[in-house]
Amino acid sequence: MAIGYTVDERLDCKGLNCPLPVIKTKKALEKLAVGQVLEMVATDPGSKSDMAAWSKSTGHELLETKEEPGLFMFYVRKTK
Amino acid sequence: MAVTTQELDQMVAAKVKELAEHRLEQMVREQVRAVLDAEAQKSARPKRVAIVSSKGTLDAGYPPLILATTAAALDMEVGVFFTFFGLHILKKKGLDNLKFVPVANPAMPMPMPNLLGALPGMTGLATLMMKQTIKQKNIASIPELMDVAKESGVKLWPCQMTMDMMDIKREDLIDGLEEPVGAATFLEFASHADITLYV
Repeated sequence: MAIGYTVDERLDCKGLNCPLPVIKTKKALEKLAVGQVLEMVATDPGSKSDMAAWSKSTGHELLETKEEPGLFMFYVRKTK
Repeated sequence: MAVTTQELDQMVAAKVKELAEHRLEQMVREQVRAVLDAEAQKSARPKRVAIVSSKGTLDAGYPPLILATTAAALDMEVGVFFTFFGLHILKKKGLDNLKFVPVANPAMPMPMPNLLGALPGMTGLATLMMKQTIKQKNIASIPELMDVAKESGVKLWPCQMTMDMMDIKREDLIDGLEEPVGAATFLEFASHADITLYV
């Protein structure tokens, strides 16, 4: 994990397809406080560009995206 | 002091010019402010998406609902107008029973001659296979997407005219919808939309 933030909540979206990872991320973030960080793990390769677009559109900060074979990990900070 | 007519004309012309320039400047300033205010208001409000859903098959049910739920997750304001066969998706008996029709669809995973696809039971079979694939691939079902749409505040409008035409009653439709409306209501909503789609 990159230095500078701790993960407050984890969300498993493995096996789910578009648009569920984005929708579930949005939903999970509603339960967090501003400033908290959510880790979302997905297997959908489309989630890589979708999460970036989602962050751009909503303003929630995509701190980091990590990739392992067949796995995509996103770290999102709630900003509002 | 004696002023000649010529001098008077010049003085009047100068005064008129001065006043006109002043007024023009004022008008330009007002216009610019109005444009800036409108822009500021536009960027302050959420982006708006307006979708027309006009087809009632399993495959045609997906795009409007996927786009609507995703737009809502992107903090956009979304409204979907269900008209003609699209209204079928909102029916209690339609929502979970949309059919996939293999006839006249050359993009089938397993291409099927139209003559075969038209045989009795083929639509049922193709629908069953499609639903199995959807489940296997962990793709959200139509009722699931509809639930997400309602939860995330997507406006779901049944078309009043279609209801009248096809004898569909309000109680035939699922819960959680907006009141049935006409084209004007949707168009008014869509006239302020940033994205408008017809599916």
